[in-house]
Amino acid sequence: MTERPLLRIQDLDLRFYTYEGVVEALDRVRLQIKDGETIGVVGETGCGKSVTGFSELNLIPPPGKIEGGKILLQKNDQWINLLRQRDAYLRTVRGKDISMIFQDPKSALNPVYTVRQQIAEAILHHRREELCLKLLEDSKNAVESLKRGNLSEHEKAKLTKSVLSKREKRMLGRMFKDPQGLIVRIASRIPVLNRFKRRFNREVTREVVRMLKDMRIPDPDRVAEMYPHELSGGMAQRVVIAMALSCNPKLLIADEPTTNLDVTVQLQILNLIKDLKKKYGMTIQYITHDMGVIAEMCDRVAVMYAGNVVELSEVLEMFKNPLHPYTKALLECIPRPGTELKSIEGFVPGLIDPPKGCRFHDRCPYAMEKCVREKPEFVSAKKDHQVLCHLYTGEIR
Amino acid sequence: MSFTLELEDLKKYYALTGGILRRQVGAVKAVDGVSLTVKKGETFGLVGESGCGKTTLAKTTLRLVNPNSGNIFFDVPDEVRERIRTLQKERKGGFELRRLRGQWDLAVFKGRKLRDMRRKMQMVYQDPTRSLNPRMLVKDVLLEPLAVQGLARGSSALKRVSEMLQRVGLNDRHLYRYPHEFSGGQRQRIAIARALITTPKLVFLDEPTSSVDVSVRAQLLKLFQELRKDFDLTYLYISHDLSVVECIADRVAVMYLGKIVELARTTELYERPLHPYSIALFSAIPVPDPTLKRKRVVLTGEVPSPVNPPSGCRFHPRCDSAMQVCQTQEPKLLDVGNEHLVACHLFNK
Repeated sequence: MTERPLLRIQDLDLRFYTYEGVVEALDRVRLQIKDGETIGVVGETGCGKSVTGFSELNLIPPPGKIEGGKILLQKNDQWINLLRQRDAYLRTVRGKDISMIFQDPKSALNPVYTVRQQIAEAILHHRREELCLKLLEDSKNAVESLKRGNLSEHEKAKLTKSVLSKREKRMLGRMFKDPQGLIVRIASRIPVLNRFKRRFNREVTREVVRMLKDMRIPDPDRVAEMYPHELSGGMAQRVVIAMALSCNPKLLIADEPTTNLDVTVQLQILNLIKDLKKKYGMTIQYITHDMGVIAEMCDRVAVMYAGNVVELSEVLEMFKNPLHPYTKALLECIPRPGTELKSIEGFVPGLIDPPKGCRFHDRCPYAMEKCVREKPEFVSAKKDHQVLCHLYTGEIR
Repeated sequence: MSFTLELEDLKKYYALTGGILRRQVGAVKAVDGVSLTVKKGETFGLVGESGCGKTTLAKTTLRLVNPNSGNIFFDVPDEVRERIRTLQKERKGGFELRRLRGQWDLAVFKGRKLRDMRRKMQMVYQDPTRSLNPRMLVKDVLLEPLAVQGLARGSSALKRVSEMLQRVGLNDRHLYRYPHEFSGGQRQRIAIARALITTPKLVFLDEPTSSVDVSVRAQLLKLFQELRKDFDLTYLYISHDLSVVECIADRVAVMYLGKIVELARTTELYERPLHPYSIALFSAIPVPDPTLKRKRVVLTGEVPSPVNPPSGCRFHPRCDSAMQVCQTQEPKLLDVGNEHLVACHLFNK
């Protein structure tokens, strides 16, 4: 893990303009994601952990509006503010640089397309050029090896298959330059001419099957031709992960990928994500409400409450030495045998009219007068341990 | 008065029909021969993955669905139970058996007798959003069981309702509201109040905390423990959240594909699981402690279909220590000492 940040969220404000009023879903959220780490985002329902993920892709649905702040992505040694980019540019980021696994795999998949078609969609969008070049390269290599001779019949037949004709090469070259060009579109509809297209599709299918195999799906050729309703929950989640990883993203946002699954399947998926992270070397932002999963998966944790990031630190530090009163209470809520159950008094406040000052003050056992009046600042209480609480503002940074 | 709930070889098959004549072509063996005993005052945990038949077992016991075969004894004198058992074993005494079962066996109860029984057993369902009628006021939701059971009417009924609401942490302000005006935790409290208003002895809790947050879950679990003391209740707690069951249950049964594979006291089971499936299940729980490193058993493959379960031991295709005998012979649930029951050939020697 390097210390180089990959993504920075600065003072992000997000509001939803609903009929009941303005929901202040995110309030000055600040988060830095380092390259190569797994950062956990944990919190209860409605605390804003998922919408933080959606904002990073600039995918906030209509009544919601990002009111302020920046989301900076490190790309080619430049900081790019994703909130100020055009849609066309964002489409090159989504899936390629930042990719997302959604919560419910069954509703994340389109029921009327096969698994292959759905994974291919992402590959066709981002990796068309790469695959075209690969086909041309293969053909070149095959011609050279054939010229050298000295091959068995079987190998020869195999190589001959990957040799492209002149016309196919030309068409692939055209497709490489402009996939939606008129000639390409016409040629791919004419039976004799569209061989290049079929060869290309075959290559895409091969890529899809390779992805499915990476997800440890048994019999990937068969699963590729299945529809989502034929898959079990765990299998569907693997397909969704395959879709998210098909273009080798730098940052993977996993939004509660195992919430609807059984523990034994959850363990399979968690191990899979861990192994894939090693293999593909990506950064993961893991959104969940399960402290157990956090302990298992993450390097750092951000705890969210009512639209604020209230605490950010390394995992070990967080479990050993939680600073924010909410984090402390949340950790005590986990049932442990032999000890008496504890719970947080009161309810999570509605965000239409959130509490003034610190949003946790009315449930906080340490609340001071200052907490009711003033919003706390996000300060470093220790090295690599930041907290949003008045209790720690006086201390030395 | 002490009582027990005893299930004996309970079976529930859902028929699959096919062809033009809608003939039965197969069956989903949701609950396939479950026997267990719940004692008065205890909390009995039932764990297993989705689709293993936990909920069906609860519904069958309450007779919300009818069992295909098996006996359900709730608070039955020992001699009657013995008599029914011997008659069933000897396959004779048709008339006497029918009379005895009609009188004592909940599995064949009808009409008024069934209704009386249901007053003593209630259920809290998984998702309160779906188990509460969106068109009924909270008041009506809670009055309905009283009216159906004929327990109270008019102002006395209303008084009972408001007492019960207060007991679960709500108040009279909430009487004239609809379920959608409440948060998930509050809705579940209404569902609990509805279950408890008939003063049942046995309450089935079917994953009551699966749809709420961690902090609310802790509140609800606390409430369950308080209510259990106050109303002298017995719980049958169904959950796939193993850490919750560990906290709340006295004894726990592990189900796999419609069968109980292991049953023991909670501490015993969590410290020393014997069945290979239980071992894998317990090692899959994510523990909120980053310093802890353990050996974990990762199961391969998926749960087979209950329509066509594997022969012999149902777990053998996924089991590491499967033997020849596992493929052919079904293991029995036997005591290995210390009230620890396990259905596995490894221990049946």
